[in-house]
Amino acid sequence: MNFDLTEDQKDILEAVREICEEELAPKADEIDRKGEFPWENVELLARYDLSGIPIPDEYGGLGADFVTWTLVGEEIAKACSTTGAIYGANILCIHPIYVFGTEEQKRKYLVPLAKGEKIGAFGLTEPNAGSDAAGGLASAVKDGDEYILNGTKIFISNGGQAQIYVVTVKTQPGRGARGMSAFIVEKDTPGFTFGKQEEKMCFHALANCELIFQDCRIPAENMLGRENRGFRVAMETLDVGRIGMAVGAVGLAKAALEKAVKYSKERIQFGQRISSFQAIRHKLADMATEVEAAELLMLKAAWLKDQNRPFGRIAAMAKLYSSEMCHRVTDQAVQIHGGYGLMREYTVERYLRESKLFEIVEGTSEIQRSVIAGHVLK
Amino acid sequence: MRIIVSIKQVPDSSEVRFDKETHTMIREGLPSIINPFDENAIEAALQLREEHGGQVIILCMGAPHAEEQLRQAVAMGADQAILLSDRRFALADTLATAYSLSTAIKKIGDYDLLLFGKQAIDGDTAQVGPGVAEMLGLPQITYVRKIQISDSKVIAQRVLEDGYEIVQATLPAVLTVVKEINEPRHASLRGVLKAKKVEISIWKPEDIDADPARIGKNGSPTDVIETFTPEPRGDSQQLSGTPEEIAQALFALLRQQNII
Repeated sequence: MNFDLTEDQKDILEAVREICEEELAPKADEIDRKGEFPWENVELLARYDLSGIPIPDEYGGLGADFVTWTLVGEEIAKACSTTGAIYGANILCIHPIYVFGTEEQKRKYLVPLAKGEKIGAFGLTEPNAGSDAAGGLASAVKDGDEYILNGTKIFISNGGQAQIYVVTVKTQPGRGARGMSAFIVEKDTPGFTFGKQEEKMCFHALANCELIFQDCRIPAENMLGRENRGFRVAMETLDVGRIGMAVGAVGLAKAALEKAVKYSKERIQFGQRISSFQAIRHKLADMATEVEAAELLMLKAAWLKDQNRPFGRIAAMAKLYSSEMCHRVTDQAVQIHGGYGLMREYTVERYLRESKLFEIVEGTSEIQRSVIAGHVLK
Repeated sequence: MRIIVSIKQVPDSSEVRFDKETHTMIREGLPSIINPFDENAIEAALQLREEHGGQVIILCMGAPHAEEQLRQAVAMGADQAILLSDRRFALADTLATAYSLSTAIKKIGDYDLLLFGKQAIDGDTAQVGPGVAEMLGLPQITYVRKIQISDSKVIAQRVLEDGYEIVQATLPAVLTVVKEINEPRHASLRGVLKAKKVEISIWKPEDIDADPARIGKNGSPTDVIETFTPEPRGDSQQLSGTPEEIAQALFALLRQQNII
């Protein structure tokens, strides 16, 4: 057993911390307040080679492992949760193309994604198919060497901004999970449009919108993986996505803990720093312990993935625990700040709002428990 | 275009202490960084390479551990790094440093532009860049805040106390740059990984055919008697208006303070 990072990982993290502290963190509040998709940060991810970390060099990536991807993501999310979410949503498009894509698909789509020249999105959720991921109605019908896509996807992160989309639709309606196929669709394909940008309680600058397909014709060669095997593509992608959600939650919780520690050392009440009160000290101790535990689950899931071992169970645990931990920790960070905690100026109120996303997106806590129970009881 | 950027390793602190005997800085125990103005010079070189193509070579004279700063420059995007490091180079003043760097630059050869930071934050002399220019017989433009290259010429904006002047020189030329010229980039991850593997050339006096009498302590006539921060000058006041109005106002002020 070895908990040490490699020399490469240490050097990468040192560089990433500097970038995050100096270029991402100072603008994070403003980005959320303005509510505009931060393209300048997407360009920053490309400039510093942060987009394709776990993708091999031959496909435009950095050729590092998935553990490195999580550690870097944590730093990004800690500095700017919106950028962390873009980074996380991007892997949902990168990963399935890397795993299931043909050589041509990888050359055409993976390379620009890994280099950061383009960003991606993944579309699974539909108005009537959330937790019931196989219950969607969007469909694709083969017509010669094309497929005609019809239907709607909702809440899609990076939606409307991304240039490359991986979507799952029914190619054999009535067969549920066994009748789904995955496709790569490019922005600006005729028949592919976007609904309005959703207004959310948090992550105001993160793009989330409807993907609308109306007789959208795409070449048959854009099918990702085999026909009617799209549910597998979706599940594999969600497993990775769950690690990604843990990454965002741990990063955000770390930011909240850091702010709480700093404030407790500065705030004087009853003639002493509030960090000297047991009530505050115990809160901070619990927060720090929970952050550490969540990070270990996250790293174990990533490590299992790097070893090519099954990681779905631990990824679900990491997602469940990290997201609920993040909610508790950000809540306590607000509590420690007292009245100031409610004020926008102190940022922790944003953290608390944002924490809620992690408990819902990419499988609610309830779905994670159901997945974990399935493993426990089998 | 081939650009050579000379950089210095400096201590990363304003909390430096001085040796009372030698009046020089105590460097032990302080973390080292690339002299901040030299980082601006590296950034300027990288931008010129992006615009005109070519190569950026980093040159540094210093202790063996200055290799770390050279690797950092490679991580930012430099193509090659050379370290002049030998006991015989040690304790050099600005004259011996300029001599050593200029001999190394001659050996590198085939350059179009030599860039320096305007000065190092430890010594603050601002003499090495100009010294190298003199020794190589090249035109020099100091305190540059903007560089434009066209047709074997460099047109630079040179910062003055109350504005800037536009100066043109033929290439090759020596430029020293100020902080406002750019915002130095961070290293990219690809750069970080490349910098770990890159081979840093280490040159000794004989590698650059240096005259032993002109390098290191032997070549350094400087004797540091005292190091101190000059007393700040009093608050200044700027008068505006027509020349006549300014003269009147100045006259009134001088009278008021019983100077005339």
